[in-house]
Amino acid sequence: MTASRPPLIETREVTRILPLEVPVTLVKDISLTVQAGEFVSVTGPSGSGKSSLLYLLGLLDRPTKGEVLVNGQPTGPLSDVALCDLRLRKLGFVFQFHFLLAEFTVRENVMVPMHKLGVLSLRQRTERAESLLGSIGLADHLDKYPSQLSGGQRQRVAVARALANEPEVILADEPTGNLDTKNSEVVQDILRSLVDAGNTSVIMVTHDPALAAHADRNIHLVDGRIVPTP
Amino acid sequence: MRTGNLSLNIALTHLTGRLKPTITATLGVALGVAFYIAMTAMMEGFQGYFIQKIIDVSPHIEMKDEYRARPVQPLDHLYNRAEGAISLSSIKPKEEIRGIKNADRIVRTTSRMPGLKTAPTLEGQVVFRYGLKDLAATLVGIDPEREKQVTKLARDMVKGTLDDLQAYSGSVILGSELADELNADLGDRVTAISVSGTVKVLKVVGIFHTGIVDLDKTVSYALLKDAQILQNRPNVINAIRFSLDIPDNAVEIARQLENRFGYKTVSWQEANEGIISVFIVQDIVRYATSSAILLVACFGIFNIISTLINEKVRDIAILKSMGFTPADIQRVFLIQGMIIGLVGMILGWGLGYAMSRGLGAIRIDMEAIIATQYLFIVYDPIHYLTGGAACLLAAAFAAWMPARRAAALKPVDIIRGGAG
Ligand SMILES: Nc1ncnc2c1ncn2[C@@H]1O[C@H](COP(=O)(O)OP(=O)(O)OP(=O)(O)O)[C@@H](O)[C@H]1O
Ligand SMILES: [Mg+2]
Repeated sequence: MTASRPPLIETREVTRILPLEVPVTLVKDISLTVQAGEFVSVTGPSGSGKSSLLYLLGLLDRPTKGEVLVNGQPTGPLSDVALCDLRLRKLGFVFQFHFLLAEFTVRENVMVPMHKLGVLSLRQRTERAESLLGSIGLADHLDKYPSQLSGGQRQRVAVARALANEPEVILADEPTGNLDTKNSEVVQDILRSLVDAGNTSVIMVTHDPALAAHADRNIHLVDGRIVPTP
Repeated sequence: MRTGNLSLNIALTHLTGRLKPTITATLGVALGVAFYIAMTAMMEGFQGYFIQKIIDVSPHIEMKDEYRARPVQPLDHLYNRAEGAISLSSIKPKEEIRGIKNADRIVRTTSRMPGLKTAPTLEGQVVFRYGLKDLAATLVGIDPEREKQVTKLARDMVKGTLDDLQAYSGSVILGSELADELNADLGDRVTAISVSGTVKVLKVVGIFHTGIVDLDKTVSYALLKDAQILQNRPNVINAIRFSLDIPDNAVEIARQLENRFGYKTVSWQEANEGIISVFIVQDIVRYATSSAILLVACFGIFNIISTLINEKVRDIAILKSMGFTPADIQRVFLIQGMIIGLVGMILGWGLGYAMSRGLGAIRIDMEAIIATQYLFIVYDPIHYLTGGAACLLAAAFAAWMPARRAAALKPVDIIRGGAG
């Protein structure tokens, strides 16, 4: 990694305030960097602003103050459509709830982001979806619908979908929050092996210190601010 | 069911997932289109037939021995008319033998105008007496040769011919209803009594049937000469009839003739103003009813798409987080509206055609205004195109409103809630 290469994601003094009647500060003065190839966990008590930070890093939300940079490029001046395009090409999301499309099969769900990107042919998309699903042990469930899968299986499909367009970073918000220990470890291992394989970074929100221990680095939040991990 | 288009695929899965309300909304649209088509086919059929009949059987323009404004009175010249202190009322018309002066000259002049045919007539009221029946009617004195050029009377003859008027002196042609009510037939001799008191026996040499009840019931024709004798108005012409090569020009040409010759000159449009304004009301009712049905159909579309959006907020959120733009999301729901509109339109076309056929097959035996056994139905592609266009526009609008809302949804708001 050369010094000239900018960090994958960088925030500078990022503050997000919800402009409600009584304004709610979600996160305050967050400055951090995530390098390519890092596995970063985000921990903190409930309501500390972990999800809010992840949405800002994932360009789903815009900061009230400060700047989020992706590959050194400030995202503030970009239009909403340009942010959509950045998300499509560079980011993959996994949420606590799987958010799979109920009327699409497992294979089709994984193909949706590729279809939207429009680079691969139908055959290539199908092959890539099948290989992704195969690599996380779902080769036998390609034609099932999400409702026919277990919670852990669904969450793995969501991970495969997040990986569809070979994103530079996976943003995961308590991806194992709904899973039992065994499934939780399976998903955890998948994320770990992705980072180890080289091309992808992971930013994972969790409240489980044991899971956070798998990460290269931890960011701890309390009341919307970064504090040293206890 | 998968196509190569992602937005279309998503739109289709949503619709097929909620088949029942989708079908209901589609049928609503179809009904609106069908109703519009059937109503239009029937009303335009009737109106078109009626106007064609009028153009065929009556003169396109008629010049009468009247003036539109009362003649200028000598007193008016003495005082400034606009701000005059004196206003005249109850002016008693001179008891002149009314008629168009210089009728010969007008007939000769207008006969030379291109696109115009002219026939002089004397119209007057008579009472026909036959057996025990007395019936009032209009007797039109005509020159058969000229009349043939001006109206389609010759074509409407059901018994006898127009030329038979010429063959017998003192003959008459009766409208079919008039003949029926008098119980008179070809060869019968009916007594005609004019307002001037003259009595003349006329032999029935022909019966015509136009299909317009009013004409068939109250109009009769005799030779101009016979009519003038009967009315005791020798050599008088009180109406000049014109026909045009292009009937739609009647209003303009009537105005020109009136300006030139002074006499009140009435186009067929003016003469039938009453019924034509009824047609306009009919059209308004037709548009209002169709619009109301389409509006209800719109609510159906609006409703189902709003419901779908509410059900699919999570899908919308994840698609947006994946990188779908607001326009992509809007497209999904617009497509749904257009699918409903398009399928509804095609069903509506079929249903509208079937309804038109059904209406055309109903036997009605109407004898009011016009005599007919069946409704007149026109099959015009324009009806299908305008109905379809209105339906697609309405569907697009009904879908666009909730689709805009879906496009504006913030994924963060939904994901935050959805994670709990
Ligand atoms: N729409 C909102 N209105 C009011 N307060 C809000 C809203 N959204 C978030 N908050 C508040 O902002 C703070 C940060 O929320 P956030 O979801 O980021 O926390 P979190 O660390 O992810 O919590 P958890 O571990 O429970 O998921 C919380 O105190 C929450 O109550
Ligand atoms: Mg959270």
